[in-house]
Amino acid sequence: MEPSKTTHSRRSFLRSSLLAGGGLMISFSWLPEAVKAANGIDAGVPGQWSELTGYIRITPDNVIRILNPNPEFGQNVMTSLPMIIAEELDADWEKIVVEMGPHDNVKLGPQFTGGSNSVRMYWKPMREAGAAARAMLLQAAAGTWSVPVEELTTKAATIFHEKSGRSATYGSFATKAAAIPVPKEIHTKAVKDFKILRKAQKNVEGSKIVTGKPLFGLDYHQEGMLIAMIQHPPAFGMKLQSFDASQALGMPGIKDVFSLKLYPEGFEQGGFDTRTFNELLVVVGKTTWEVMNARKKLVAQWQPAGDTKDTMAGRNGKREVTVPGELESTDSQLAKMEAFSKQPAQQLRKDGDPESAFRNAAQIIERTYNAPFLAHNCMEPMNFFADVTDEKALLAGPLQAPGWTEPTLSKILNLPPEKIEIRMTRMGGGFGRRAYGHYLSEAALISRKVKAPVKLIYTREDDMTYGIYRPMYTATYRAALDANKNLIAFHVKGGGIPEHAIHANRFPAGAVDNYLAEGWQIPSNITIGAFRAPRSNFNAAAEQSFLDEVAEAMGKDPIDLRLELLKRAKEKPIGEKNDYDADRYAGVLQLVREKSGWGKPENKKYHRGVAAYFCHNSYAAHVVDMVMKDGRPFVERVYSAMDCGIVINTDAATNMVEGAVTDGIGNAFYGRLSHKEGKAEQNNFHRYRMIRHSEAPDKIEVHFVQNDLDPTGLGEPPFPPVFGAVANALYKATGKRHYDQPYLNPPPKTATKPENKRPF
Amino acid sequence: MLKLNINKKDYELNIDPNTPLLWVLRDIVGLVGTKYGCGIAQCGACTVHLNGEAVRSCVTTVSRAAGQKVVTIEGLSVNGDHPLQQAWLELDVSQCGYCQAGQIMSAAVLLKENKNPTDKDIDNAMEGNICRCGTYLRIHKAIQLAAEIQRKG
Ligand code: FES
Ligand code: FES
Repeated sequence: MEPSKTTHSRRSFLRSSLLAGGGLMISFSWLPEAVKAANGIDAGVPGQWSELTGYIRITPDNVIRILNPNPEFGQNVMTSLPMIIAEELDADWEKIVVEMGPHDNVKLGPQFTGGSNSVRMYWKPMREAGAAARAMLLQAAAGTWSVPVEELTTKAATIFHEKSGRSATYGSFATKAAAIPVPKEIHTKAVKDFKILRKAQKNVEGSKIVTGKPLFGLDYHQEGMLIAMIQHPPAFGMKLQSFDASQALGMPGIKDVFSLKLYPEGFEQGGFDTRTFNELLVVVGKTTWEVMNARKKLVAQWQPAGDTKDTMAGRNGKREVTVPGELESTDSQLAKMEAFSKQPAQQLRKDGDPESAFRNAAQIIERTYNAPFLAHNCMEPMNFFADVTDEKALLAGPLQAPGWTEPTLSKILNLPPEKIEIRMTRMGGGFGRRAYGHYLSEAALISRKVKAPVKLIYTREDDMTYGIYRPMYTATYRAALDANKNLIAFHVKGGGIPEHAIHANRFPAGAVDNYLAEGWQIPSNITIGAFRAPRSNFNAAAEQSFLDEVAEAMGKDPIDLRLELLKRAKEKPIGEKNDYDADRYAGVLQLVREKSGWGKPENKKYHRGVAAYFCHNSYAAHVVDMVMKDGRPFVERVYSAMDCGIVINTDAATNMVEGAVTDGIGNAFYGRLSHKEGKAEQNNFHRYRMIRHSEAPDKIEVHFVQNDLDPTGLGEPPFPPVFGAVANALYKATGKRHYDQPYLNPPPKTATKPENKRPF
Repeated sequence: MLKLNINKKDYELNIDPNTPLLWVLRDIVGLVGTKYGCGIAQCGACTVHLNGEAVRSCVTTVSRAAGQKVVTIEGLSVNGDHPLQQAWLELDVSQCGYCQAGQIMSAAVLLKENKNPTDKDIDNAMEGNICRCGTYLRIHKAIQLAAEIQRKG
């Protein structure tokens, strides 16, 4: 056993208490600073990081319940976090009951799904919660049997005293253990002794999913509940002028039609209070279909909103931001980006003397990459249940960050946080979209207005045209080579609507003597939000395509070039703030090179592309094997190498990487949300092309670097480099470099037969 | 009054005959395993069986289903142990899980009609079901595994 490095006297505290009816409940709390320090989590994440807690309940009949604190959106956190506790508790995983915890940031910690952070932030607290509970149970047993605690061992939630041949379950000591003070020093297991972690454990909700149990927000039901839908302005930059509800009100089942203002005048928005439209039309009725029909009968006039002002809350006080009123079109956006890219920009990092290196270069390679807005397209559209009165609020549904939304609800409902209960349902995808809780706030205000429990449902069209997209990006990369084809300078200048994507301290920063990174941005009324590996998902496309082209110009193998640069970054790093570990970066490239049989003649039949990227403290590399069929590129095989430290749940982690690869191919090939005069041109899946079954690779082989390092991110890191690897394979397949995403635009038709087999 | 038979149970509903079966199942009958994803027959999340055929319930009016046999994910098997459900669990297919009921319902019709589907058969049958989480590869393997379970009886 290794003693845990954290002492509990100063920074954290454990509490244990008797459950009603006996049994041990242990809750584990941490001050946010300690969590950040322990796990290297970026303290800049907006919102409040409160205490961290894990929950264990053991009943006298040895039923062990573990509360999962974090919202589940498909990253399998409902399984992986409780696994960590069960491991240290030395429980029998097969017999653990997992429950979704309530929203309680004090007891259960940040409860935030995003930034590939769930396991990272809960790793240490959950291990210690499990280990502390085990220690208390052991002490209770030692007392009861009058034997030294050192002579006791545990296995599968049972305590053994070998000398005397005695054994008993955890449950039989649970009541007694609850009265024992929490140990001052907590001993967690040595990694080599793990029995539950680093193995494949099945999704704890798997059978509920395949039998169609109500799990998701859209499935949430309460007696007497009404259905609500919004009608938002038809275009970004428009607002409501007037409306006539009389026809809609006359439709069957309709209870109310009204306009709703979300935030009051001067409301100070936090980073995740993004909403595209502050005033919406709302239709409330008995059933979804009735409300859908009535909504079609709304007569509304919309008008240009003109420039508007938002008040943003900030660390240094509030500030006013102007939201431009222009009705934007994709063509005008691209033209604007091109013009901006020629203007001076903000310098983000500079090493050496890039200007003179470029002046003296024997060869300069310059390429510009563009990428469109992307819609998240979670399969479950935005929705939320709300039952709000003047005294209290109950909300239930899919969201990633209850702790960020609750303060907003508290303000707009004028209710103290303790009167607001948020229940987290399983989410039908999130990908960043559900960190923005405007739809919760809308549901809450609607419920209060109609004085009834209400479920707000966005249709797919509402969801896709609402905004909160992945931003539109561009970046121009330049590389300077000397007469011997050495890379002597590297320059990236990136911009976007409304933000640029540049991570100035990432590779190849640190590996090139002369380096310059710059950024600029263009404000817009099109709202944006985090989208699976924000910014990285563009950088890894552009930078990794560019490096491929630079390698070609240098006459080098693309993996060799990267490894040489990483060697340089390791041995003689340039600058100080390089935020990656060159060895681990090189490690995934070497692993993928080996596993994919890179350069082996038997793989000649494939057009191969490689890319690697670092984000969320993890490293990912892919080799994509492409084939052309009927003039169309298909990714047939993918080899992936990941370094995310200790892998909690091996098969689930593999699934996550497979999914990221497939999602990445789809978005790289087809993902595109364009605009015409402020209007989103794609509003449903007949216009927004998603990757389909036959277009997924036949094989995705996932390899994890084996090490004992604390776990780092996994949901996002494998996603970004897929774009680069696809672009590089596409070049091999077509002889053409692809600089603009999506790479297949317009997309090829699907083989989908949308109609049912029999016409109706 | 419309007569419906859903998962071997009879229902008599007083309802607008143009209502899509999806919303009848979800809002009226309370079977929410069938999901809404697009409403325009593009994503497959709402797939159910109508007289043994896979239909998108979001565009199937309830009047068309009247007097017919409707099977939803809740009724696919009595104990949740249809070969597809077993295979789905064995290969731990799901990520968010939202699309999976529809995927399974599409696959179930394929397996009923084709005991030994080829890759191409699976591709064709599953092309209408979107999974944003990207679990297609596992879905594909799970269908093959289910076919094997089914063949072995
Ligand atoms: S909801 Fe019916 S196919 Fe998408
Ligand atoms: S598992 Fe999430 S959409 Fe398929």
